[in-house]
Amino acid sequence: MKSDRLTPWAAYLVVGVGALIMLAPFYFMFVFATQSRANIFNLPPPLWFGDDLLANLKILTERLPFWRNLGWSLYVALASTALTLLFCSMGGYAFALMEFRFKKALFTLVMATMLLPSFMSMIPTFMIMDALGWIDQHRALYIPGAASAFGIFLMRQFAATAVPKELIEAARMDGCGEFAIYWRIVLPLLKPALGTLGLITFIASWNNFIGPLIVMRSLDNYTLPLALRTLQSPVNTEWGALMTGSAIATIPLLILFAVSSRQLIAGLTAGAVK
Amino acid sequence: MKAPAFLRLSPRWAPYVFISPFLVLFAVFGVFPLLFSLYLAFQSWEPTSGLDAMESVGLANFAFALEDEWFWKSLKNTAWLALASGVPQHLVAIPLAVFIHTSFQRLRDGVIGAYFVPYITSTVAIAIMFSSLFSTDFGLINAGLHALFGIENIDWLGKPENIKPAIAFIVFWRYIGFNMVLYLAALQTIPKDLYEAATMDGAGRLQQFFHITLPSLRPMIFFGVTLSVIGGLQLFEEPFILTGGKGGADQSAMTSAVYLYRMAFDFNDFGGASAMSWLLFVVVALMTWLTNRAFKPRGGGA
Repeated sequence: MKSDRLTPWAAYLVVGVGALIMLAPFYFMFVFATQSRANIFNLPPPLWFGDDLLANLKILTERLPFWRNLGWSLYVALASTALTLLFCSMGGYAFALMEFRFKKALFTLVMATMLLPSFMSMIPTFMIMDALGWIDQHRALYIPGAASAFGIFLMRQFAATAVPKELIEAARMDGCGEFAIYWRIVLPLLKPALGTLGLITFIASWNNFIGPLIVMRSLDNYTLPLALRTLQSPVNTEWGALMTGSAIATIPLLILFAVSSRQLIAGLTAGAVK
Repeated sequence: MKAPAFLRLSPRWAPYVFISPFLVLFAVFGVFPLLFSLYLAFQSWEPTSGLDAMESVGLANFAFALEDEWFWKSLKNTAWLALASGVPQHLVAIPLAVFIHTSFQRLRDGVIGAYFVPYITSTVAIAIMFSSLFSTDFGLINAGLHALFGIENIDWLGKPENIKPAIAFIVFWRYIGFNMVLYLAALQTIPKDLYEAATMDGAGRLQQFFHITLPSLRPMIFFGVTLSVIGGLQLFEEPFILTGGKGGADQSAMTSAVYLYRMAFDFNDFGGASAMSWLLFVVVALMTWLTNRAFKPRGGGA
């Protein structure tokens, strides 16, 4: 009996302290975002919020076209999300509920590419973008991403269970066109999966570093992660401003996560749990 | 409100129309690059000289990579980081998941969220944050170590022997929540009566953990470790950003993916980098296969 009472408290303690360790770096990012560079260099370093947020923001906007970079991040993430949702829902619907030649082989091929290490496509992607004249163009970031194997997987899985075949047959009998069936019947039924894929795509694009690193060239066109990195130097890094920028880049993610953590976690581990 | 006849899509062609936007992009940006990189692996080429200057060199790129000291060094670094970040992830994630599964009801979502949130945060923001926390003279980690244990300041990011543990910790921190969620999902599928029967037989909690929980988690352990191995061998962003894109003092944090990037974009050797990417692919495939063999449940069922 004694051990049964003790164990939950030990569990609470371990899990709770662990959770604090997990969150501490975020806390200090926000604290440092409000501290001047000089204060951050103090010993001991500041543990509570200061009042240099606006000063840091001023440095940030002087050193970087910060709002522009933020705007590009948002633009690329939204464009990438819209394209991915459109193409993957159409493709996933076709894979789940329609018959066509080489369907099985194609689906296997798409799934196989999910297993390939990401570094495999680094060099050829650069060369294709170069050949297409897309270097330093934002479309190089959101167009290739729309061919998401994960998106096709998620949409197919969901469409197979959520869209009744009879409903589509009936609509076809009533003379409903194929596009209308997709747009008015399939898409509304796919809504929950579209939400999950949309969140995941938006976050992945917002955080994307390797993609822009390889194709983007001018600071004015950089997305946020790439722009922030240019502030880091071996000497004289403006830590306060850099933390302010990182915090601003992190806040939208924390908000998205706060309102949708269940859906997001389920979606991100979907391939694993099923 | 019907569409005009020429816009109406016949059911026969509809699947091809629906699948083609995805397939075209997939072919151009997914499949073609892979085939092209295989071709490029047998060529000598640098991007400044134009596509005409490509020259077939047979296996020379592969031979060069295999004799390249940095190639082997980067492989060793990658393996070290994959192990040092991957193994603790699972050793800690399993008991954490068990604790949360058995003792948390109301705060469950919040606690899971706290562990999971690093996984969805930008690697760049994370790396920037940690390069401040790990900094030698004003970093909080050194300040904490000094206050608690009286340890003198450690040069985490400048010394070859320190930078790897620092990066491994960041990777550990980032992915532990993901693994924990995998184990929580697996724990929910273990039938409750197994534990009840064990309790009746007088088995203690530890015994139950080792004789019921752990064996039931085995398929998920296999899956999770495979994911960690594949992920660990591709490690790029954390070491890249923490070392300013160079790989750190004495190349001690230069992972294979970082070296690949440098070979192409710093040293302009695209053929060599392509050959290396295929060698690395073989390594990843081999490691996945080995993990598969080591962890896969044998025989039928548990």
